Amino acid sequence: MKKFYNNVIGGKQGAASFIILAVLLMIVFPTTMSIFRLNLVGKYVTYAFAAVSLVLLWGNTGVLSLGQGIFFGLGGYCMAMFLKLEASDPITTKIQSTPGIPDFMDWNQLTKLPAFWVPFRSLPFTVIAVIAVPALVALIGGFALFKRRVGGVYFAVITQAIALIFSLGIDGNQGYTGGRNGITDLRTMWGWDIRTDHAQYILYFASCLFLIGCILLSNFVLSTKIGKVLLAMRDKEERVRFSGYEVASFKVFIFVLSAIICGIGGAFFVLQVGFMSPSLIGIVPSIEMVIFCAVGGKKSLFGAVYGALLVNTAKSLFSESFPQLWLFAMGALFIAVVVLFPDGIAGLWQNYGKRLVAWIGKMAAARPAIAGPIGEPVEK
Amino acid sequence: MQKPKLKLKLRPIAASVCMGATLFSSTYSFASLPTPQVDSTGLAVTDDTVTVGDLHSATGTMAISETGSIEAEHLAIDQINAAGGVLGRQVKVIDEDGASDWPTFAEKSKKLLEDDHVATVFGCWTSASRKAVLPIFEKDDGLLYYPTFYEGLEQSHDVFYEGQEATQQILAGLAWIAKEKHAKTFYLIGSDYIWPRTSNKIARKYIENVLHGTVVGEEYYALGSTEFGSLINKIKLKHPDVIYPIVVGGSNVAFYKQLHAAGITGANHTLLTISVTEDEALGIGGENLVGFYSAMKYFQSIDTPENKAFVAAFKAKYGPNSVIGDVTQAAYEGPWLWKEECGRAQSFDVNKVVAASAGTAFDAPEGEVVVDANHHLWSRLRIGQWGADGQAKVLYTSDYIKPNPFPKGYQ
Amino acid sequence: MILLAYTTSEYFSIFVMQGFAGLSLFSVLLLMALGLAIIFGQMGVVNLAHGEFMALGAYTVYLCSNLTQSFFPKFGPYYFILAIVAAFFVAGIVGYLVEWLLIRHLYKRPLDTLLATWGLSLIMQQTLRSVFGAREVTPTLPDWLMGSLKPSDTIDIPINGLFVMGLSLLVAFGVLLFTFRSKMGLRMRATVQNRIMSGAVGINTKAVDRFVFALGCGIAGIAGAAFTTIGSTGPDSGQRYIVDTFLVVVFGGAGSMLGTVTSAFTIAQAQSVLEFFMEGTMGKVTTLAVIVLVLMLRPQGLFPSKVRT
Repeated sequence: MKKFYNNVIGGKQGAASFIILAVLLMIVFPTTMSIFRLNLVGKYVTYAFAAVSLVLLWGNTGVLSLGQGIFFGLGGYCMAMFLKLEASDPITTKIQSTPGIPDFMDWNQLTKLPAFWVPFRSLPFTVIAVIAVPALVALIGGFALFKRRVGGVYFAVITQAIALIFSLGIDGNQGYTGGRNGITDLRTMWGWDIRTDHAQYILYFASCLFLIGCILLSNFVLSTKIGKVLLAMRDKEERVRFSGYEVASFKVFIFVLSAIICGIGGAFFVLQVGFMSPSLIGIVPSIEMVIFCAVGGKKSLFGAVYGALLVNTAKSLFSESFPQLWLFAMGALFIAVVVLFPDGIAGLWQNYGKRLVAWIGKMAAARPAIAGPIGEPVEK
Repeated sequence: MQKPKLKLKLRPIAASVCMGATLFSSTYSFASLPTPQVDSTGLAVTDDTVTVGDLHSATGTMAISETGSIEAEHLAIDQINAAGGVLGRQVKVIDEDGASDWPTFAEKSKKLLEDDHVATVFGCWTSASRKAVLPIFEKDDGLLYYPTFYEGLEQSHDVFYEGQEATQQILAGLAWIAKEKHAKTFYLIGSDYIWPRTSNKIARKYIENVLHGTVVGEEYYALGSTEFGSLINKIKLKHPDVIYPIVVGGSNVAFYKQLHAAGITGANHTLLTISVTEDEALGIGGENLVGFYSAMKYFQSIDTPENKAFVAAFKAKYGPNSVIGDVTQAAYEGPWLWKEECGRAQSFDVNKVVAASAGTAFDAPEGEVVVDANHHLWSRLRIGQWGADGQAKVLYTSDYIKPNPFPKGYQ
Repeated sequence: MILLAYTTSEYFSIFVMQGFAGLSLFSVLLLMALGLAIIFGQMGVVNLAHGEFMALGAYTVYLCSNLTQSFFPKFGPYYFILAIVAAFFVAGIVGYLVEWLLIRHLYKRPLDTLLATWGLSLIMQQTLRSVFGAREVTPTLPDWLMGSLKPSDTIDIPINGLFVMGLSLLVAFGVLLFTFRSKMGLRMRATVQNRIMSGAVGINTKAVDRFVFALGCGIAGIAGAAFTTIGSTGPDSGQRYIVDTFLVVVFGGAGSMLGTVTSAFTIAQAQSVLEFFMEGTMGKVTTLAVIVLVLMLRPQGLFPSKVRT
């Protein structure tokens, strides 16, 4: 039990971080926000999955992937295919030449559901696919790249190219994928209308719970021996290799794990936003995911969540008030984070926040500080 | 193709010229109706204002195309306000930026409908953005005026389509070119997304089944492609009677420049497109387009007093160098049609506005348009031939064409 | 099937023109990649704003075209040459400033430069949009650049394609000359091979870095200028090319000029041929997929640099 507490939760500090995040996401936001704003936060939470996956991959292993959008997209597409099939029953689609298949297939003169769509009629299969498909792609890609010691900038550029291939490939095969428009007009999951306010609340809480679950899992992985090897690899890869560790296998493992986390995020994105399109897979969304992670602090799992929430809130607010200017703000944010605050919010918190809290604590009649630090994997 | 039954004679029209534009003022009593009477669903309506939304991409790749629509919608709203507003209320606009990103479109439309409770939204440009917001408009029972000509295959209670659906834009144009040029072989080209693909599908069926011609090639290039060397060689190899490209965005410019450089010009080839308006011509450069044809419902050069007044007002507001393409004009129709429909409904309630919509007419710059029961517009098709100045000369104007978003035999 | 209906001479014309289409794509890719190859290969800096420097060059040409038309209409036919030079200097000077303000703080962190330059590209894009508007623009091209050569009845060789080809060969040759025959080139190569040692023998490595970065950006400017002859220019034109450009450099093997040339040639011919026999999009996807596959098998690219960092 003690071990679990220390390794998975991350001791006292970790527990405090968990409690703060949980309270914020599950109590403060739902009670203070309209369903519209909460739904937005829900969308940001799904991006936070991608940011968390990057903390594992980039912050703790030193491998920067500019293709996380692929996995987000794969998870999302799996879920969207299931929902689309449910929304395309023969009665609602009776206007089509072939009723009972998704509308875009009909427009593209398909007369039969393609074979790879058929299993997505089943929810259990879909749930497995949301995890297995991104994992499989990451396994193959990771194996090929890491075994050949592709790393650093090369890995970044190649994953970026793969993201481009995926989004172009989906664009180019409209009949099977919905093309550029994506898979839209999703309505129910097992007969449960996901568009109602009630459903949106439930889905919001579900995504928050899964996010916290993913952080717990990541914490656990990082606290094991694997995590230590990953850190060592980030800092001195050659030395780890010469010590007899199979560096590539560790990288493949973490790449697959990050892909799974991303895929879950994508599936929740589809459930909350109601569609999936290749514009969420390509180069730009993938690099935006990196910035969520960088703003939050690339080494901190919690920081990444706050980063995703903060950047997206800023983007949303900024584009509401100054639509012409938000690219400037976004660009400046990128540069500022990289040049001035390489450890993001989490780093700022470590340097100044703690002192501030301690100072406030002292002021408040020497009561112990309530807030723990955001993140930083366990220190023993 | 018959003319719709217009109740022109029954409807008193008093055209008054204001701000250089022909404004429509009807006999509907605009002596402010009490707010509860015009708004029973909690829209953002007060005794003297009504709030609407404008949702286009001001940033990102689509900003190039959507800017004209934003400008036209604002011009129309200014003119409506100057003429007394809608149901005696001044129209206030909330601008939102979709940033060429479909999830952002969905997010912003939710904001407009659920937070701002706007009475209607003018917006979207690409089919993808419309598809992304459609479920939200249907769920929240909002109202959307969509300006772009598009692929059809859609009809929603909550959307009015101001642009032409594919059959309106394609069939009459192909029939004309086949007759004028005795064309038998066609080469279909498109950017790779739903609009060009669906349009070419309709074009192919029409060419094969009605015109009894042949399609000698059909292919698609990713949006943003700029290399068409191989394609041009294939065109040369097959020398079709008509080249029928539906290329959009940045690809458009590269495509026509390279055609020109490869010696394919209006002088030696027939090219008919449905994706080049004056907006695109500005980027492509008139010299690369000379002699090619476009099929559109509107060209800036239409020689009517209504259009001249509209062009003058547009240039007065946005500068003498601005150009007006088909979609820009269609976007201008949006606020006016909404005003007419609200007038007929005597209410801002979406359901009442929709119920009153069928048969609503408006004297647009392109000529009169009428709202069909299927939420699309009856309109005419024109063929324009491009000149070096980036303006098209109208060679042919069709009869009124009934909108038919789900064309039998073309699906 | 349709192909059978043609005579040998027509096949020959298609073969010639298709070969030319590939060559023309090759010269475009080469021109885009040269600047990046210098910066990425020699300095290890990943400049994601490279595309925006191209756009900057293209807008410079557009500006020159407008100025010429308003003030010196007689100069119309010749301005384009000067505009290319202007594009080189404008992009180069901006590059110089960027290096001084931003890049030099990040030399030891290649992944961070990647992110910072992405931020830079967003800012540059929005600046271009605010200044020139969102619409795509095209400069007025002199008449001698338009039209095509007709060596036979059925063959058309576009002049603008020839021009770009000539320009890119000129630039490539210039870069080679600079690298291997000039003092600055010598310093550059020395710095790449051993920065500390170069500093010790009196080379101002910081000045070398700044110069090389500016040079790379200047060449991007020329690429942008060349682009105006075949495509249009918009605020986000740059982003359309950046991935292709990077792939050319990576595929060729960073740090090898010969590699960049070879890989641009291979990719261009492959894409051009595939697009001829397949449909457009899938031709492109296949090309990209093959490149990535080759990179998976041979991550160091075609011509690996001998220097390891």
